[in-house]
Amino acid sequence: MLTKELVIIGGGPAGMSAAIAAYEDGIRDLLIIERDDSLGGILQQCIHNGFGLHRFGEELTGPEYAWRYEKRVRELNIPVMLSTMVLDITEDKVVTATNSSEGIFQIKAKAIILAMGCRERPKGALNIAGHRPSGIYSAGMAQKLVNMKGFMPGKNVVILGSGDIGLIMARRMTLEGAKVHAVCELMPYSGGLARNIEQCLNDFDIPLKLSHTVVNIHGKERLEGVTIAKVDERRRPVEGTEEFIACDTLLLSVGLIPENELTKSAGVTLDRVTGGALVDQNRQTEIEGIFSCGNVLHVHDLVDYVSEEAEIAGRGAAAYIRGELVPTKNTTIKTDGKIRYTVPERITSDGDVSVYFRVSDVFRDKKVTVRSGDTIIYQKKHLKLAPGEMECVKLTADKLRGANELVFGLED
Amino acid sequence: MADNTKTRELTCIVCPRGCNLTVKYEGKNVLSVEGNICPRGEKYAEDEVICPRRTVTSTVKTEDGGVVAVKTRETIEKEKMFECMEKINSVVASLPVKIGDVILSDVCGTDIIATQNRG
Repeated sequence: MLTKELVIIGGGPAGMSAAIAAYEDGIRDLLIIERDDSLGGILQQCIHNGFGLHRFGEELTGPEYAWRYEKRVRELNIPVMLSTMVLDITEDKVVTATNSSEGIFQIKAKAIILAMGCRERPKGALNIAGHRPSGIYSAGMAQKLVNMKGFMPGKNVVILGSGDIGLIMARRMTLEGAKVHAVCELMPYSGGLARNIEQCLNDFDIPLKLSHTVVNIHGKERLEGVTIAKVDERRRPVEGTEEFIACDTLLLSVGLIPENELTKSAGVTLDRVTGGALVDQNRQTEIEGIFSCGNVLHVHDLVDYVSEEAEIAGRGAAAYIRGELVPTKNTTIKTDGKIRYTVPERITSDGDVSVYFRVSDVFRDKKVTVRSGDTIIYQKKHLKLAPGEMECVKLTADKLRGANELVFGLED
Repeated sequence: MADNTKTRELTCIVCPRGCNLTVKYEGKNVLSVEGNICPRGEKYAEDEVICPRRTVTSTVKTEDGGVVAVKTRETIEKEKMFECMEKINSVVASLPVKIGDVILSDVCGTDIIATQNRG
């Protein structure tokens, strides 16, 4: 059986960053496996700008951001297998993959980094009444058609869900001549970034209908329209508020799901909140030598943070391969519910740790508080916290020393 | 003398933080910007009340029937976004295209450059 010190599954921003970091940390026997026919992952279809401000101090488009990493992967001669699908990974780190030249083959790895990204939540999961005519797309699918294939999915558009991809597509389709009639959001707040509401909707006078959903789909062969309605606090449609909007296209931007089939096949337990693996500060899962990073671990809103996290995983995997990743403690991180989750959720050695988290609702004037027993080891006031925006807390080694359990919460 | 000072609330679009800005201005004179945590926010607010500007990103057809992603090298006047799109959609790029290649020059005061390698 072919052997490799490190196999990275996925050649998007996470996989490339992880591979580069591991290489720069001395790992030479490594391989990136990517199912698409080129590197870059989802960034290739994200042709809008706004990537890289944290990392590079400039506003790049998705393809430009990806290219910076692809160029580096090429410079370092990191081996890449394109058009190759990983079918299975096992607990003892045997990777089974297939492509058209090798057929089915196996690689025994010392360490694996999972960087498969996420996929869109489909409409099937949404339970909308009506037929299933053509003209209904996930926002990302529409993005691929417009930006990579040069096809417009339709002319009159309604978007359900105000995630960033939906907002970006509202602008994109408008610029290409379509009329976007409304963006409906089930929640009383948008799931997208404030800047995208501003530059993608407000710039084009596209109405954002908060606490609204699509209750009926009209048309048999091709979509002819949708009925939207207001929802109450319990997110149930309010009778009498229905409104018909004629449209030929419905885009769904209703959330992303980490793509963890392989993670599950290896026997890694997934977090019910994030849909990704439970990891320590090195992004190591509960199975030694299997690491996870990027959107397969938890859905990020900024690729800059994906790269940062992937580098942590890359360095972690390199240390594991060298036999230097020895746990010296086990500090667990809990949340109070107002904070929905943290990554990592456990800390296994001394050192500074950045903890990423999301809140469960929109909160104003709250203090992000980290307690270790009765001691507050971190506190910072935030004017506003929203579920759509991931936050980060840097905890220093001296504060973490001796902590058994940390509780992340919001306090007044 | 009448006070012609106007106030506008803006969401900064320069970075994902999306600061809430309060701009006080009189005609084309910006008097104050509050709420920004970086100097870019101040510049954005000034532009926004005097002459809003945007980067336009899109795709240009390529000679093989595909598309290549492009952007305006600099921001253009927001008012001219659709004029810019018309120009972008009027050309076919010959291959190969490299990141940074000028696809169209002098569009709304800037160039349209490729953001992707093709061919």
